[in-house]
Formats: sequence, C-alpha cells, structure tokens
Amino acid sequence: MADLVGTAPASAFPATSSSGALLTIEGLTVDFSGVRVLRGIDLTLSRGESLGIVGESGSGKSVTWLATLGLLPRTANVSGSVQLDGQEMLGVAASRLDRIRGGRVAMIFQDPSSALNPVIRIGKQVGEVLARHQGVSGANIRAETKRLFDLVGLPDAARRFDAYPHELSGGQNQRVMIAMALAGKPDVLVADEPTTALDATIQAQILDLLTTIRRETGMALVLISHDLGVVSETCERIMVMYGGRVVEAAPSDSIFANPQHPYTQGLLAALPPFDGALHRLIPIEGQVPEPANMPPGCPFAPRCAQRMTVCKETIPPLTQTEAGHFSACIAGAVTEARQSLKVHKSVLA
Amino acid sequence: MTENILELHGISRTYSTRQGLFGRKVPVHAVDEVSLSLQPGQTLALVGESGSGKSTTGRIALGLELPNSGHVLFRGAELPPAHTSAWRRMRTHMQMIYQDPLAVLDRRLSILDQVREPLDIHDIGSASERNNKALAMLDAVGLNANYASSLPHQLSGGQRQRAVLARALIMQPALLVCDEPVSALDVSIQAQVVNLLMDLQKDLRLSLLFISHDLKVVRQVSQRIAVMYLGRIVEYGETNLLLSNPTHPYTKALVSAVPVAGRRTRERIILKGEPPNPADRPTGCAFHPRCPVVRPECVSVSPTFSTLPDGRSVACHAVDAAQPTKEVGI
Amino acid sequence: MLRFAAIRILRAVLTIALVVTFAFLVLRLSGDPARSIMGDDASPEAMAAFRREWGLDQPLWAQYLHYFAAILHGELGRSMRGGGPALDLVLGRIPATLMLTLPALLMKLAIGIPAGIYAALHRDSAIDRAVMVTAVAGYTVPSFVLGLVLVQVLAIWFAWLPTGGTGSLQHLILPIITLGVGGAAVLARFVRSAMLEVLGQPYIRTASAKGIPWAAVVRGHALPNAAIPTVTIVGFMVGNLIAGAVVVESVFSWPGLGNLLVVSVTARDLAVVQCILLLVAVAMVLSNLIVDFLYGFLDPRLAEANSTGGH
Repeated sequence: MADLVGTAPASAFPATSSSGALLTIEGLTVDFSGVRVLRGIDLTLSRGESLGIVGESGSGKSVTWLATLGLLPRTANVSGSVQLDGQEMLGVAASRLDRIRGGRVAMIFQDPSSALNPVIRIGKQVGEVLARHQGVSGANIRAETKRLFDLVGLPDAARRFDAYPHELSGGQNQRVMIAMALAGKPDVLVADEPTTALDATIQAQILDLLTTIRRETGMALVLISHDLGVVSETCERIMVMYGGRVVEAAPSDSIFANPQHPYTQGLLAALPPFDGALHRLIPIEGQVPEPANMPPGCPFAPRCAQRMTVCKETIPPLTQTEAGHFSACIAGAVTEARQSLKVHKSVLA
Repeated sequence: MTENILELHGISRTYSTRQGLFGRKVPVHAVDEVSLSLQPGQTLALVGESGSGKSTTGRIALGLELPNSGHVLFRGAELPPAHTSAWRRMRTHMQMIYQDPLAVLDRRLSILDQVREPLDIHDIGSASERNNKALAMLDAVGLNANYASSLPHQLSGGQRQRAVLARALIMQPALLVCDEPVSALDVSIQAQVVNLLMDLQKDLRLSLLFISHDLKVVRQVSQRIAVMYLGRIVEYGETNLLLSNPTHPYTKALVSAVPVAGRRTRERIILKGEPPNPADRPTGCAFHPRCPVVRPECVSVSPTFSTLPDGRSVACHAVDAAQPTKEVGI
Repeated sequence: MLRFAAIRILRAVLTIALVVTFAFLVLRLSGDPARSIMGDDASPEAMAAFRREWGLDQPLWAQYLHYFAAILHGELGRSMRGGGPALDLVLGRIPATLMLTLPALLMKLAIGIPAGIYAALHRDSAIDRAVMVTAVAGYTVPSFVLGLVLVQVLAIWFAWLPTGGTGSLQHLILPIITLGVGGAAVLARFVRSAMLEVLGQPYIRTASAKGIPWAAVVRGHALPNAAIPTVTIVGFMVGNLIAGAVVVESVFSWPGLGNLLVVSVTARDLAVVQCILLLVAVAMVLSNLIVDFLYGFLDPRLAEANSTGGH
C-alpha cells in the first residue's frame, strides 16, 4: 500500500474518507522526562489544505509535528493517535514509518544550512529520496533532481547537483530542502519556520514558492510559524497554540476578523500595525509559562485579562463558536452565552 | 534647529578578506559613503538584509570600529581615538544593546551587580547610592527588586533584554544603538520591550539608532529610516513617507515583503535572486541584477542621491527619470 | 592546492628542525657523553681523545652547525658505543617495534571505534555505561602499571604467557594488549562524543524525516561526519607507531626502538638518540600531513578552501 502510494503522484489520489480527512491527530501528548510539553492535541488536516500553526516559543507547535513523524528523541514519551488515511502512524514499525516519512509526509526545517548534511553533495541528498520513495535509479536520478531543482527555482540547476550545502546561500539551501521534500511526491508538506532564518526578500520568495507548489501539486501544507503575518498570507486555516494546547482554530479570514480566544486577541493587539494610525502596543503581561510550571487550568489564565475563577482550575475544551471556528475559552463561552441570552430575551419581549 | 546628536559624514569601511584559505585578498566594501544624522530624542532606523552593512554602521557610530574614510560627529565633535580615556568618557554617553542579551551579560554575576557595574567602574557616588540607583533603574525597566539577585539564566529572554537595557541606561547615555533588540523575543514579549524602549526614550530624552530587519517594529519606533543595500543607503527619509510610499525599487520590495497579519491577497513584489556577496559587488547600481525596473544606465553608472520634494533622498536612476524636474510639486 | 601543500610541507620541515635542535641542546646540556660512555675511571687522556674523536671539544655552535650540515647530507652520525652508523642501528630496531605497535594500533581501532559508535547509539544504556567506565579506567591506568599487573596475573600466577622477551607469538600477546588498551579507551571515548555531537545535528533529523532507515542514517549521514574529528586522533596514533612503545618495551624487555632509546639516553649516545628523535619527529609530522590532506578529502568545506587557494 505504502509502496503504491510512494510512486503515484499526490494529486492522483482520490479523497478516501467522506470528510476528506487526510491526517487526523487525536489526543496527542508528549512528555520529556516526566514533564508534559504537549497536552492533548486534536486536529484534522484535509487533502490539499494549507494549515498554519502559530505560537510562541514553548507552545508545542513544532513538537506536535516532530511527534507525528516520530522525529523526537527516544527520551520523549509520545501517546495519542495519528492517522494517515485511517492508518495509525504512532508506534508502527520503523520500516513502515520510513515509507511514510519523506514519501507521504515530508518535513522541512528552520535553518536550511544546518538541516542539510555538510559532507554530502546536495544532488545526492535529493537523490536518496528519489531512490527510496520513487524507485528512481541510475542516470534518471540526476535528470529528475535537475527537474526538481528547476521546479523550486534553484539557479543553474544542472551544475548544482554536485554542489555542497556550504556553497549555497541560505535561501538556495531552503530551495534544495523543498526540492528534497517534493522528491517523495508527498501528500503533506510540513514546513517548520521555513523562512525564519532568511532575509525579508528571500522569505517572500520562499513563501511564494510554497504557495505555488501547493497549488500545482495539490499537496497539503502545514506551515509552522511564530509570525501571524507569515501564516495569514499563506494559509487557509489557522491554529493558535499556547502552552502545549490548541487554543483557537479557524479559517484564516475569520481568525483575524473575529478572534475569539483572549490569547489570540492579545497576540493581534501586540503586533505593531503596518497600516493606519500608530498606537501604543498592547502587550500581553507576564511570561510564557514553563512546561514544568504549567498552570493546572487554562494555560493562559495567569496572563488573561478576562480570567474567571474557574479558568484556574478547569482546562477549557476546544468548542465550536461558529461554523469552523473553535476556541478553548470558558470566559469567552460564558460571555457568548450571556449575549445570546440577552438576544433571546429581547426577541421574546 | 537643534544640533544633531550624531552625524556620519561619508563613512566607508572596507575589510579585506581572502577568498579561500590562501587566496587573493579581496576588498569588501562593508559600508560605502554613508551619511546620516540623528536629532536628539529621535529614532533613526537602519534597515536592510544581511550584508547590507547596517550593523557595521552602528559599530562605527559608537567608535567600536573605525571608518577608512569619513567622519563621525557626536554632539558636533569628532570621536576621540578608540580605547583612550577621552573615548571611554564619551562612551558613557553612547551605549549599545544587542539581539542576544546573554552574549553581553556575565552568567556568574547577579543582575543587580551587572547593572551597577558601570557606576562602580566610574566610581560614581557611595556604595549604597550606587545600589539604590541600580535598583531604581531595574524598577524603571520593569524588573522589581525580586529579580535583583537573579543570575541571567534565571530570567526569561524578555527579562534579560530589560536587564541589558537597565545596564545600558544607568550612565544616562544620550545615544543608544540598538542592534535587532527585539528580534529574538516572542511577539507578546516584544511588545513589552518596544513600549518600554519608547517610554524610556521619552523620559530620558534618548536618541536611538535602531538597527532592524523588522519594518513593523521600525514603523512603530522610528521617525526616520535609512534603507541600506550592500553597504550603501538607497533611500533615506521620514518613516511614514518611506513605508507608505516607497520610491526606491528595493524599498518597495522590502515593504511589500512585510507579512501582515490578516492581509491575504496582495500584490507582492518578489525579487529575483539574492543579495550578492559584498565581496562581489555588481557594477553600477549594486541592486541592478535584482531590480524589476532596471535601466541600461544602471549597469554601469552608480546612481547619486536626489532629494525629492517631500525631503527624502533616493539613489535610483529610475526615480530620477520619473522626475523630469526637481521642482515638481506634490 | 599546490600552495596549500607547499606551506604545509614547509611547516613540517620547520617542525622537524625545531625538534632536532631541541634534542641537540637538551642532550648536550644534560650530561657528558665522554664520562657516561668511557666510565668515571677512564684516564683524562682517554677522555680527551674520545672528545676529540667525536668533536665534543669544539664549541657548541660549531657542533650544532656541523651536525645540521651532516643531517642535510643524510649523514646521521655513528653510535658512540658500538661505532656503527646510528641510522642502521635505529632502522634495525624498527621491525621489532612495529611488531608490537602495528597490532596494537589495529586493536585500538578494532575495539575503540565500534565501542564508541555503539555507546553513542545506545546512549545511557547499560552497555554505554560499561563502555565508558572501562574507557576511563583504560586510559587513567598508566601502561606500565597495566603491564605489570598483566604480567603478575597472566604470566606469574597463571603462567599462561611469558613475562617478557622474544621468541614466539605468545611473547607478543601481553605487550600488545598493554599497548592497545589505553588507546582503545581514548578512541572509544573520543568516537562516542564525536558521534553524539553529530547525532544531535539537524541534518540527522532531516535524514530521518526523509524516511531513510536508521541504520542507513547512521552509516550514510552520521559516520562520515564523525570521521572528520576522529581522523585527528587516529593520525596521532599512527604517528606514534614508532615512539609509542618506549615504556612497554622496557617492561617486557622487548628489543625494539624504545628499548634502544632508553639505553642510548642513559649512555648519552648522542647520535643514536638524535637519530631516534629525528625519526619520531618525521613520523609525527608525516602523519599530521596525511591528516591534513585527509581532512580536505573528508570535509568538502575545507577542500574548497584549499582548492581556491590554488588560483
């Protein structure tokens, strides 16, 4: 099954389940030596969707996807369920996982220059994926690698096959990483802060490239970033994470027009505006909590202006507030309920 | 008109690096003919990508690095030679903070000790006065007395940057050079530090030379911007003018590349290629290989500055061509 | 590349010259060869004759210049004790020494490298801890102590092996083990830390994310990187092939170069000592040169720096 998957182009896949869910994560938790850093993640990724994961340091946004792909160190204790087309990925045999990684789900990382092996020619590093997941061999590897390099806009593609990573700039290395990810014809590309280490104009190039490729290949894109601006321009749906949890998930337009969770509201207010009048920034007071000192209730409660007594004890569940818009906030739900109650009364009166 | 606190006149800085281990020495023009001025209590932002020379310019402004040519005037007077006692006296009036606060904090000394250290070195006041002054400074940057005895690693990133600020400001400098001071901080913390920096600027009448790649932060803190590309200034003027209506094609691309939360469909200018190596500077206008509006003369002739009616300076042949006479009104 | 090589070779020659000078001075200033070879009871006339014969009556700088000129002509002097050419004497002992040091080197590599790799791959496991404890013990115990303990246990108590001397393969076993254990321990620790460093690099995670099986990641991605720092220490061991057995040869009365060195130093047999030191220096410097060039081969970042140097 996985072999078949590896050789067929991603776009040729029919949607399997009725919901079109490609990847489903349920109750994913991660502990590092007894300290829980990921505290139960649920999410569904649809075919061809672009999903942005936003959060500050320690929010668990990278750990979620490293855990999904079994890339955490052995000391990490992972539990929960991750299903790709209904097939469980967590805890499967290494040989099965290795057919998924780089084949059906590819991942690229923050600092492309250190994410590539310094002593291996970049052509060979891309060729490895072609050989393993696409059964390409011999001279075809060179031809196919050149095609991929052209596709990702690496200048002088034919000559680059024999180059080493240190001979390329950071932006070019990120293009190599993307070429390597595309080599497996993945259904999902997970990009972990792919532009954070790059200059502004290069960031624009890479985000543009990712969007173009997604549109052309029909693969799903998971873009992990600390920058709300980066995901808002690239992704259709956005998940905001805080303290190892998802606090809000909604279509991109909806989350910016109508943020529900106090943390999301706070993040947006803390951003310096780039249009319109200047105003004093409204920071979120306090610090991001350490995983070892996570508050027992809502992770954001200690910094939250709207917190109620119940927030300190109860972990709020992610609940739907409007179509496709989820928020994990008790205070928000209460205000919402009160408002709808008032509306009802006035209608009745 | 008030006197400028800092003026750079035609500053150039050339390194020579070897290409390869034993190769020829190649001159690298890190900073090339840069002129800037900063008024008291104002903020001038230096903006550019890696290799633009913005950090080198900041170090030259403080006398930490000497220009090969050009002059640095601080309060109208030329900087004394580096590491002399006159320079050290002057340096108490000009301080610098960096992106990584851990790099400047001593991991074995308490925060209070480090903030007090400049007073100790210059032997200002009695021991208890120094302590009180340091505590007051820590309070001013939002670190209460509980943090005074902490070691740097016991603080969060934002708190460390506050400590560094307290240390830099304890000698009541007139000029603070900030090299990417909030780039490493999370968004929610970044806003705290940006607000703090602006409050302190107002209270202490600080002048800031603010080096950053983040145009959103730059828009928030600065009155003027100098955009640098490969060691040269390409556009220089009021922040709101440059960001709302950039004229140099490079500034245009930078502005359009700013990721803005909640904005989705937008014509983004995607530049071809990458900033070339400063050691291999293109002829004519250094930006011409990536420029979307490149003209024949750009390849061979380096553009000079023209002043636009709104007061900004731009070095671009295409902009010159679009301005038939310099007297064009707005 | 040529220029890189030329500079390296020049530096190597300079190093050798320095070693030779150092040896010359230390030997001349630390004792009188005439007295130690002729004996305290030799007549003043005989001593003077000896000094004249060997040029010891000339000023130090003249001796030095003469000595250096001779070396440049490939003339390494004659043994003051035996009278034969020092070089022949020294070269004659090399096979015996290599008979110990070569197998010992193989033992270091064969045990140290796999043990280090295994320990790194199974970090914090029982085997890792066992390897590390053994390794610390292996290089903190001096080789002469280890040698004496081995002799006591295996040769004297159990009488399985001879206590020293030559003649059979059994005679080789104890000295080789004594020589090999310390090096294997050093190598195991070194390889382990080099591997751990490499395994923590982002490109290893990238390789796993590509779906490359772990064994292939280790073989294809981790080992080539860990090899780079390891080459240095292996190079040092190779350079030490000639000189590395001084102590052990003494413990086991092995007739190798080390033994000759000890005897010649005691006797102030200048030409022989200088010849040995020269040989040791050449071996060290040569292995260093090889390491440098291997670096360029293993690490493309350096190779490029070297090759652009050629323009």
